Amino acid sequence: MARMKFLCDSDRCIECNACVTACKNENEVPWGINRRRVVTLNDGKPGERSISMACMHCTDAPCAAVCPTACFYTTADAVVLHDKDTCIGCGYCFYACPFGAPQYPRVGNFGSRGKMDKCTYCAGGPQQDNTAVEYIQYGANRLAEGKLPLCAEMCSTKALLAGDGEMIATIYRERVQKRGYGSGAWGWRTAYKETITV
Amino acid sequence: MFARILPALALGLGLMAAPAPAAFAQIGGPVTGTPTNPAPPGFTAEDLELQKALQGGRIGGRISIPDEQAASLVQPMGRDWREFHNVTLAWIGGVAVLGMLAVIVLFYATKGRIRIDSGKSGRTIQRFNGIERAAHWMTASSFVVLALTGLNLTFGRHLVLPLIGSEAFATITLWGKFAHNYLSFAFALGIVVLFLAWVKDNIPNRTDVSWMKAGGGLLAAGHPAAGRFNAGQKMVFWITVIGGTAVAVSGYLLMFPFFFTDIAGQQLAHVVHGVIAVLMIAAMLGHIYIGSLGMEGAFDAMGSGQVDVNWAKEHHSLWVEEEMAKARATVHGPAGAKAAGAD
Repeated sequence: MARMKFLCDSDRCIECNACVTACKNENEVPWGINRRRVVTLNDGKPGERSISMACMHCTDAPCAAVCPTACFYTTADAVVLHDKDTCIGCGYCFYACPFGAPQYPRVGNFGSRGKMDKCTYCAGGPQQDNTAVEYIQYGANRLAEGKLPLCAEMCSTKALLAGDGEMIATIYRERVQKRGYGSGAWGWRTAYKETITV
Repeated sequence: MFARILPALALGLGLMAAPAPAAFAQIGGPVTGTPTNPAPPGFTAEDLELQKALQGGRIGGRISIPDEQAASLVQPMGRDWREFHNVTLAWIGGVAVLGMLAVIVLFYATKGRIRIDSGKSGRTIQRFNGIERAAHWMTASSFVVLALTGLNLTFGRHLVLPLIGSEAFATITLWGKFAHNYLSFAFALGIVVLFLAWVKDNIPNRTDVSWMKAGGGLLAAGHPAAGRFNAGQKMVFWITVIGGTAVAVSGYLLMFPFFFTDIAGQQLAHVVHGVIAVLMIAAMLGHIYIGSLGMEGAFDAMGSGQVDVNWAKEHHSLWVEEEMAKARATVHGPAGAKAAGAD
């Protein structure tokens, strides 16, 4: 089995937000929820960089470690998913998550936190693959169809890479060797406790 | 982590008002990557993440969606918070709650129930009126629910979930969250009413020093003098008022995410909330014991509001004298008349 990861090559990202739009459309993400977003560092300064960020599907995921109801699970592809039927919307995963991935619709009483929503790596949820109930709760399950997450598939500059960690690391390494520079794999040290050495 | 928790604790207990803003700044740390604090030239992901993991702070920037909180790219303090929630809080809570239970069991086993030395007199004196008792029980009952649902969030996953399964556990924990959120208002109101009702009788004075020196009469025989509230009860009062205010304020910061604070503020609020809450639970276990099983006649004070005069004389001698003096002042018999009782 593959160890699925995301890698954003920030020397290629042009902050077009196509990944954000693709994600919202593919998964019918409700208003106010962003499973993926693009953050621009040093905006307007020399060395400006944009990074597309979502759930990184961490090794030893902090969200899973702190969840009071233990609603998280890791798939055979190392994708970190959660069960919305046992999520209580407490917000603990948001405190622990390094990447601000967990999102909460304001649907509870008086607009309190509803059940958490986050990037599923386009891998749906615990229900039967590619059923209507799965789609309503979690969005698309492209992985079960043999496809990669749509954000990376739609990326116009191929800055955002999704796939097996070894494979996308090799692609990135080759790019850096060819062009002679690279600001590294964002979030990899934090999420996977490893970095890509070129 | 402890170095970061201690100032937070001190802040919560209101002991170190002055250095509090510094403590906030340390936990939050600077956000690198924003226009006001740009990352150094030639920065790489590895270097920035390592720097933030070691020195605190966040990597952030600008974002084009309306949710400004999403502009935070990487916040490694989540790791510290995880360590606090899973390890530090579990230890503090476990030791405080189980330790207090052990002390209570040990005390009961060796000393037994504290009896009224001179037996019941059969006559009673009003200790708490209806409003005081209603405020006490509103606070107490909401506190019990808040405590159980709060402990469930930290320990339930390990203690309750394996027993009843994930679906049943998720259901009770979800209702527990609602109860925790809404009963907090009753609890906070109760704290205010109790403070107003009893603060004048809870100012520490010299009597408390001698009461404390005598160990409150708990360990040795005899009853040190005490006013309406003895030093132990005054401690319970101030733990309730100061601790209750701290848990209420920190709790509301968490109930309204991003309304008052950012992610670092919420993590700090949770640290304060969790630590003070488990310490309060331990203190209240002692309070519940001594107010019910631990002492004969004590429960009546909050039950009917009428306590036995002999109990009152033994435990609150100065208060009884005051009440008797007040009562005598209202009696205007003919000159030279004697009171019927021996009082």
